[in-house]
Amino acid sequence: MRVLYFGILKDIVGRRFSEMDLPEGLSVAELVERHEREKEGSAKVWSSIAVAVNQQYAKPEDVLHDGDEVALLPPVSGGLR
Amino acid sequence: MRVEIVDGVIPAAEIVGELKAGSDGAVCVFDGIVRDNTRGRKTLHLDYEAYREMALEQMRALVAEAVVKFGVRDVALVHRLGRLVVGETSVLVVVASAHRGAAFEACRWLIDTLKRTVPIWKKEQFVDGAIWADGEPFPEGMGVAPASGAVRQSADGEPFPDEIVPGGRS
Repeated sequence: MRVLYFGILKDIVGRRFSEMDLPEGLSVAELVERHEREKEGSAKVWSSIAVAVNQQYAKPEDVLHDGDEVALLPPVSGGLR
Repeated sequence: MRVEIVDGVIPAAEIVGELKAGSDGAVCVFDGIVRDNTRGRKTLHLDYEAYREMALEQMRALVAEAVVKFGVRDVALVHRLGRLVVGETSVLVVVASAHRGAAFEACRWLIDTLKRTVPIWKKEQFVDGAIWADGEPFPEGMGVAPASGAVRQSADGEPFPDEIVPGGRS
């Protein structure tokens, strides 16, 4: 499964995407927990993100499937301030 | 409806001109431009990046929703990516409507909602360093909070009041 990183997450992880071999039935929340455990960055960063699965905002309980395009999105800051 | 993500200059005057029609009594334009400082820190330029396909899809959905929600006739929503310098347009919202009230409201709703939900980020380059701009928190139900999501319920299924959430919310 391909996991994409954007904004500050790209800098924290050190790349734009990872190819991950994930266990069957892994949920969106579990994927985020795994990143929080294994990657750099404060817990606050990981707990403030949203996740998109196949370019739609996903819920924490949604289950990931092989071939899904998953993206981890920090709070957005488009537009202007 | 004109919804675009572009890499070059946004032709604001042309977009506004094209959107006008005979039945319109108002065109409301919001032109978001790069400011020369953030909290007094001098800005050199901003770098915008997006989850491009998703951002475009989200922008299209917002425009469709605005037309229904406010009853306006037509909308143009254009966001620019890449490096922008002070004074350049990063985002343009144009709303055409028979009456001004709906045009103002739709315009305000579009920029406020875009800022919280469309996956676009900006890095601010200052004379003395660069930071990713803090985004606003995602709206309820859109974010994924691993620490609170699973435990924010008591045994009978009632949500905890915020102050007694196990583990707290940072």
